Amino acid sequence: MTERVDAVLSVERVSKRFGGVQALQGVDLEVRRGEAVGVIGPNGSGKTTLVNVITGFVSPDRGRVLFRGVDVTGLPVDVRVNLGMARSFQTPRPFYRLPASRNLVIPLCSSRARERLGTGWGRREEVALDLLEEVGFERDAPAVAKPAAELPHGYLKRLELARCLALDPEVLLLDELFSGMSPAETASLIPLLTRLRDEGRSLVLVEHRLAELFQVVDRVVVLDFGRKIAEGRPAEVMASEEVRRAYLGQEVAGLA
Amino acid sequence: MSEVLSVLLYGLVQAAVLLLVALGFSVTFGLSGIPNFAHGGVYILSGFVCWYLLRKLGWPHLLAAAGGVAVAAVVGVLLYWLVIRPVRRLVLAEVIATFAAGVAMLELFRWMGLVTYEFNLPPVVAGSVTLGELAVDAHRLAVVAAAAGLGLLLWWFGRATRTGLALRAMAQEEYTALSLGIREDFMATVSVALGSALAAVAAVLVLPLGLISINLGYDAMLVALALTVVGGTERTAGLVLAALLLGVATVAASVVLGPHWSEVIYLAAIVAVLAVRPSGILGRLKELEERV
Amino acid sequence: MRTAPAGYRRERLDRGIKVRSEDVFVLAGWGELLYRAGPRLAATVLLLVFPLLRPWTGEYWQTVFLVALAMMLAAVSWAFLENVGLVSLGHSLFFGAGGYLTALVALELRAPALVAVLVGSLAGSLTCALLLAPVLRLRGVYFSLVTFALPLLFSRIIEATKILGGTEGIVGVPGLGSLAARQYLLVAALLAAVFGLQRLLDSDYGLVLHAIRDNDVGVRASGIAVGRWKLAAIAVGSLPTSLAGGVLATHYHVVGMSAFALDYSVLPLTAAVLGGPGTMAGAAVGAALLVPVSELLRAFGTLRVVAYCALLVAALVAVPEGLFSLARRRYYQFERWVPV
Repeated sequence: MTERVDAVLSVERVSKRFGGVQALQGVDLEVRRGEAVGVIGPNGSGKTTLVNVITGFVSPDRGRVLFRGVDVTGLPVDVRVNLGMARSFQTPRPFYRLPASRNLVIPLCSSRARERLGTGWGRREEVALDLLEEVGFERDAPAVAKPAAELPHGYLKRLELARCLALDPEVLLLDELFSGMSPAETASLIPLLTRLRDEGRSLVLVEHRLAELFQVVDRVVVLDFGRKIAEGRPAEVMASEEVRRAYLGQEVAGLA
Repeated sequence: MSEVLSVLLYGLVQAAVLLLVALGFSVTFGLSGIPNFAHGGVYILSGFVCWYLLRKLGWPHLLAAAGGVAVAAVVGVLLYWLVIRPVRRLVLAEVIATFAAGVAMLELFRWMGLVTYEFNLPPVVAGSVTLGELAVDAHRLAVVAAAAGLGLLLWWFGRATRTGLALRAMAQEEYTALSLGIREDFMATVSVALGSALAAVAAVLVLPLGLISINLGYDAMLVALALTVVGGTERTAGLVLAALLLGVATVAASVVLGPHWSEVIYLAAIVAVLAVRPSGILGRLKELEERV
Repeated sequence: MRTAPAGYRRERLDRGIKVRSEDVFVLAGWGELLYRAGPRLAATVLLLVFPLLRPWTGEYWQTVFLVALAMMLAAVSWAFLENVGLVSLGHSLFFGAGGYLTALVALELRAPALVAVLVGSLAGSLTCALLLAPVLRLRGVYFSLVTFALPLLFSRIIEATKILGGTEGIVGVPGLGSLAARQYLLVAALLAAVFGLQRLLDSDYGLVLHAIRDNDVGVRASGIAVGRWKLAAIAVGSLPTSLAGGVLATHYHVVGMSAFALDYSVLPLTAAVLGGPGTMAGAAVGAALLVPVSELLRAFGTLRVVAYCALLVAALVAVPEGLFSLARRRYYQFERWVPV
């Protein structure tokens, strides 16, 4: 049932070295339409580098990235975004001087947004407010009008998500979306993420907050030191010896 | 055959000159990310200081040179605290500010009339040496030796010492470097002072090859920029390679085509490198990685 | 800068008349109308009227006015590029390109002067945009490095290889009507540039341009082809300067290496920073102040450049928002101390 044709995103044997560190080594990943995949692993295992390679911020030494069957390795970031990929940053990168609604004007000026969301002249403010509401900003709250520099962390993360949605993506790559958010905030986002998945979009979630992650994803991939060490359903993966060893360290795993 | 050797030899000397002149700018830029556009100004300033100490106060050559280097370092510190640091929060303001400072220095010298033939520095080593069929002044060989020595020293410094690594980390990612507990101002001051001191060393070695001419200040900036673009800022090896390529190329061009073609070579090199390998011939950071 | 007395903080409030003249209420009365439209109207009228004051000012100051207009265009152009994060240390590049190409179009293609100026300026800014294209994918600093180097290199190459007329330059560039005609051409261009570019920067596209300056990674991640936008910005932003170069070429009837001189790079930069890099009008005001002062200080020779540079650094440190923004703030707002 897992035909090549269904894979909207395909990462083939990607490797990347930074100076003395092998950040990724021969990593494969396949994501189908409407699938949510989690990418987990201890710190420094290469999760963010993987996202960077997929989205074009970093070019791999070896391997390739295919999006809807097309080889996008080597294409610049904005081209991939306009093809249908969107990613959020682990440390939010909003346009600090602008309020949240104006932040979204920038992605809404992209050619993809103009085509798919109809953000021609004048509609941008409206669409921006709708998007903000979707991610949990209250429509008339002061948060919408304050410059992004004054927003608390949780709001910035949601703004990142809104920025991604402004691009009407087919594949959403979210780098530690939940980090730094309160349990309530995280809980409020889960229905949104599952809805996005059910709409037919694909999600790739890099996360440390496993409990919440497992509520959204069907499949999990585990990275350790740049290698994929496990893949499968959350329960299976977490039961694996190797995974426990990676997270907890050699000696402790033996005791578990 | 001897003509080819001669071109290679003088190309080597020219490469050494280029490297020395560019080293100060490249060190400051590579270590702390500060593009010190006053580099040319400091270069000429230290030349004049050395001249003054030597010719007017009668100091011995070595002492006068040391004086020039010391003054340059102090000027570097002042540059950082009075000009660079106050404007660091504005985007690219340090570019504008150091540019203004450099131009101010150079044009001030011009206005003061420091342009006659009396402003010259003597060679560091007198006499000439014969290599096979070629005779070269000892001073030019000293220049090559100094360039090689400094290049090696800086390569070692950059790689081996903790400060060097810390400064490199800072250039590549200011955010993480700050979180490593490194005192940014101190490091930046050191890098600007060091770059200025190197400019002075270059002045003492290179200016004796001609007069202390104000336009050489602008030349120095051009050379520094050409080498920075062609060689990349990541590795000293890149800078050295760029110096060798441009040095030999410009000497060869002036022999074959004519004396003023060196500028054309610089231009062609800058344009070609930017179009094909923007991070420099030995740069490993590509495109966005330089900025992420 | 005055610091607050203990227990107080500074508060800025809009002046009464500004509040009364917001939006549609500006039509409430002449006072309100004049308050809002006044400054712009006054400046425009001054620009339009000055050429007519010839009998009183004399020929010399009319020429200074022409040069001032050229420098105002260059300063506005510089400020626009700065808003995109492109700090040009060699604005004379665009000036010289406009001048040379105008001369070439006029003399090689035998075009009438006006056509030569318009075509030459357009060609000039497009050529410069293409020249600078490779450096756009690198950090902003490299743009500054290359704009610094290019005019220097070009003038030396012209001197060495004697192309484009060598040290004498291209002579015999046809004139463009009378002095007044040239002045009005530049006035029209200036008004178009100041109001047009400011509108652009205030629009959503301006938002994107500013974002490119502040956070270009975020902009790329938002699907914007930053390289193309920057290229377009250079082509549009350098046009006022090339036009100035072209018109001055028809005024002096010659264009030479001096078109790439440092003066034409330092003055717009200083004017824009002094007047306020954030606004187009500020840059123009800065140039309007600097050029006459520069003329008056002509006797001091190259010391003027030293003075500009010192002024520049002082402006950057002390008044980073620029004089114009400062003045405008005072015009619209007043300050007072309020207890914390």
